[in-house]
Amino acid sequence: MSLTLLNVIVAVVIAIAFAAVNAAYLVWAERRGAARIQRRPGPNINGPFGLLQPPLDGIKLMTKQLMIPGGADKILFMVAPVLAMAPAIMSFVTIPFSAGIAAHNMELGVLVIFAFASMGAMAILFAGWGSRNKYSVMASVRAVSQNVSYEIPMLITAITVVMTTGSMDLKAISMAQSGGFWHWNIFPSLHSPLMPISFIIFFICSLAETNRAPFDLGEAESELVAGFHTEYGSMGFGLFFMGEYANIVIGASLTTILFLGGWDCPFGMFPGVWWFLLKIYLLIATFIWIRWTFPRTTIYGLLNLSWKILIPISLFNLLLTAGLLKVF
Amino acid sequence: MGGYFSEILYGSKSLLVGMGITFREFFKPTVTVQYPYQTIKMSARFRGHIELIADAEGKPKCVVCGMCERACPSGCITLGSTSVEVEVDGKVKKKKILSKYELDFTKCSLCGQCVENCNFGALEFSKEYNLASTRKEDFHFNLLKRLEERNA
Ligand code: SF4
Ligand code: SF4
Repeated sequence: MSLTLLNVIVAVVIAIAFAAVNAAYLVWAERRGAARIQRRPGPNINGPFGLLQPPLDGIKLMTKQLMIPGGADKILFMVAPVLAMAPAIMSFVTIPFSAGIAAHNMELGVLVIFAFASMGAMAILFAGWGSRNKYSVMASVRAVSQNVSYEIPMLITAITVVMTTGSMDLKAISMAQSGGFWHWNIFPSLHSPLMPISFIIFFICSLAETNRAPFDLGEAESELVAGFHTEYGSMGFGLFFMGEYANIVIGASLTTILFLGGWDCPFGMFPGVWWFLLKIYLLIATFIWIRWTFPRTTIYGLLNLSWKILIPISLFNLLLTAGLLKVF
Repeated sequence: MGGYFSEILYGSKSLLVGMGITFREFFKPTVTVQYPYQTIKMSARFRGHIELIADAEGKPKCVVCGMCERACPSGCITLGSTSVEVEVDGKVKKKKILSKYELDFTKCSLCGQCVENCNFGALEFSKEYNLASTRKEDFHFNLLKRLEERNA
């Protein structure tokens, strides 16, 4: 594939548009979903079903004044929101939505996405440090320790999948699972009986990596005001939110590709991008559902879950898969 | 070791139970009232500001005895009366009738002393709660006028 400048620009524009639309309407879906769970209607005044709420919120955010608190580190303060958003957009470039739809397929796609994902922690650290606000600093310390401890089990489960496929190419991983749901990596018969558990571990880790409830200790409103983005208003705040929702979409896409067969149809018919979208939006709906079900954990509970439960189990599954691959 | 696994299983089970509950709640009808568009009927014991009660002819039941004015701990009530001559059993008698009943709602504590002290059953609490204004004068109610408006 020849990568001309035009190709790159088109790909990036599409990725930004996709991320922005997703962010706007996932906020809407989140608010409506939360409201339904709490037996309220949610935003329903602006437009049918409140569908005009996201653009109006966007206008509100964009017309606000950008404020930098006195004593803040100006450069870090301004860089942080961009750094939250940019890696998420870059990750979209490697994701194959179907056999033909991928901006730029890379052989090391899994690695690229994890590399970009780990930059998100940096954005949070910069935001917390640059704001010169003790709550922000506390929040970013928490968020970084959380990201570090959840990246390990996430990577281990990803390695398990990569081992069974023998490739880090996201497209190849999807292709290897085509032909009906019994070929998907989540189902145990083929490689290792612990694969469903690996899937759950990966899913939990992607919740934690995106700082979603019940793991949203980085923005624990009840104790840390608004966490690392306390001092941000206007579009700085908007970028953090777009970054968060773009990361959710990335997490769901990655889970779909690694465990749920990518764009493959469960019954072996009509493979295509719609199956991929259906799967990621189902996963995102589960994200929202989980957020409005569980209360926030404590930082100890969070770290214990990772180090005492997720890491040992995912390591065990890695060894088991390696052994089974050797035997068969 | 056994405790470790049973704790994980127990924890996972409780998480699933919680998700089941929210799943069921999701499909239940909403219970909120869309306030500016819908309102609910206030309960019988709701206390709004006081209001005069009309008799069968639409005139206030009040006989201007002044008990409410005296009972009010905050001094919100101002009464006024005029005397008219009426014929009762062929004799001309003087009778006081209510000409002014002003309530200063800015000071009212909704204690209910006025309603308690009225021996003629001429006062009640209204069910009005949409009272919002940026001007103090809007809370000086002329209850007599309000009664006429209600009769109209
Ligand atoms: S409710 Fe109490 S404070 Fe209000 S007018 Fe009556 S007596 Fe006065
Ligand atoms: S106590 Fe009753 S009857 Fe007497 S003045 Fe007050 S409202 Fe009228």
